[in-house]
Amino acid sequence: MADLALPETPTKAQTWRQGDVIFRWLSRGCAFLVPALIGGIFLALLIYSLPAIKKFGVGFLVSPEWNPVTQEFGAASSIFGTVVSTLIAMLLAVPLSLAIAFFLVELAPPAVSRVVSTLIELLAAIPSIIFGMWGLFVFAPFLQAHVQPWLASTLGFLPLFQGPPMGIGIMSAGIILAFMILPFICAIARDVFLLVPRTIRESAFGMGATTWEVMYKVMIPYGLVGLIGAVFLGLGRALGETMAITFVIGNSHRISASLFAAGNSIASTLANEFAEATEPMYVSSLIALGLVLFLITYLVQILAQFLLRRLYRSWSVGL
Amino acid sequence: MKPRPPTGRRIVNGVVSGVAAASALLGLLALAWIFLGVLSRGVGALNVDFFTRLPNPPGIPGGGLANAIVGTLAMTGLATLLAVPVGMMAGVFLSEFGQKSRLADHSRFAANVLMGMPSIIIGVFVYAILVLPRGKFSGYAGALSLGIIMLPVVARTAEDMLRLLPNTLREAGLALGAPTWKVTLAILFRAARPGLLTGILLAVARVSGETAPLLFTALNSPYWESSLAGPTPNLTVTIFNFAMSPYPDWQQMAWGASLLITCGVLALNLTARFFLGEKHS
Repeated sequence: MADLALPETPTKAQTWRQGDVIFRWLSRGCAFLVPALIGGIFLALLIYSLPAIKKFGVGFLVSPEWNPVTQEFGAASSIFGTVVSTLIAMLLAVPLSLAIAFFLVELAPPAVSRVVSTLIELLAAIPSIIFGMWGLFVFAPFLQAHVQPWLASTLGFLPLFQGPPMGIGIMSAGIILAFMILPFICAIARDVFLLVPRTIRESAFGMGATTWEVMYKVMIPYGLVGLIGAVFLGLGRALGETMAITFVIGNSHRISASLFAAGNSIASTLANEFAEATEPMYVSSLIALGLVLFLITYLVQILAQFLLRRLYRSWSVGL
Repeated sequence: MKPRPPTGRRIVNGVVSGVAAASALLGLLALAWIFLGVLSRGVGALNVDFFTRLPNPPGIPGGGLANAIVGTLAMTGLATLLAVPVGMMAGVFLSEFGQKSRLADHSRFAANVLMGMPSIIIGVFVYAILVLPRGKFSGYAGALSLGIIMLPVVARTAEDMLRLLPNTLREAGLALGAPTWKVTLAILFRAARPGLLTGILLAVARVSGETAPLLFTALNSPYWESSLAGPTPNLTVTIFNFAMSPYPDWQQMAWGASLLITCGVLALNLTARFFLGEKHS
């Protein structure tokens, strides 16, 4: 009677179907892990910064005091340094990267454009710490010897360019940041320009417009959303850049009007002080600084993604 | 009506073109300046000792960074082992199952956000969940933070590369009676191999120069470590510590390590580009 018994082991097709169910859930779990990580980072930062938030309240954001000895902590000087160095970087990097994208798309012969594109992208691949080494030992002394004395003598009536030229400080941090975010903005701007339909470009040329007029009056308005997205992406990078800034910003918790002065940023404060902090309130305040940085970059990222998404969707290109 | 002479517009066009070309030149100049700066200062530090010996105390010339090289390789390797399977599977979901579902949408969005998240925040996160509870710095924590940084890069490139494959490939496999997991792993992964390898290489390149997430997870150590359970020596944090020290010997070592890291990262990037170029041609 053995031949009438139901088969105990599943058939090959059944195992395979089970395999598919497992495979699908496994991949679903992995995909879920990414948003879960973002949520987890936020929660962990929030929980560990609670003691500092409870003690200092909103005053944490505006107090310039940072004294591990008296356990008084405020984020103002770090936020100030982050904002000013980012501002310098954006002022330099945005026009520069748009100009380079213009050169790559409209002016350079294809072969040159390909090589220059690759090289500019390699600039993005250079690790932050290498920028830091170069900034501290090569670029800051160069600024100190050649650029800052000249700025002080010509524009020295402005408080921005007063004080001893030390090389390291907010100014060199901003300039190095500009070189670090330039490739990111440039790459997206180039893609945005390349996505403008040929017919639109060519009709502008047909009307007798010069290359610059086509760029300025047709391509830039057409891709404006994408360009703003690119700028926000660069902004997000600049705000959170750590090692290069830590090397050259000078690391002082002081707010100064002069760009020559040493300062600090949120990321550089974390990099410098975290491993040495032992007091619970000190650690909690540092993590609260991290939370501030997380929230700022998260907001900037969301804006950037939103703009770029809208652009790509309207042009029916997958993001 | 007399047409407006185009002279003024031509001049503007010429000036702007000149500025654009000069900007491109400036970008290339910066790259050359950095690369040559690192090369000229670092090449003197690279010798056999650099790759085989431990760092000397300050003031005693010689010594090397063998422990840091091994530590960096070990942590990057472990991070790759953590991030690649998870990232690949996430990419499979985004391209094969989820596509336009809400989870896929959120996951894609989160991956983009995570890619732009400052790496030091990842370091703080791992410090909070792993270092604080265990009460000590460890190479495992360092590898975990590197893995988290790699994850979104691997996931997004895996998705993009799988999406490029024609649907006929999937249909042919399924028509033969193969289950989806087998079609994906045996057919799609094989067809997309150059692209997937590119993604992994770029992710490895991205983390092999990372310093910020290691500062308070792996920390650093001047000794040989037999496991990743304690503070682990690594090249990038060593560069930071040595560069900030007042000793010329140590600064020289930092330049050597910088050269090593720069060349490694650039080589990985160029190899990745080579793979990608081969696929497109």
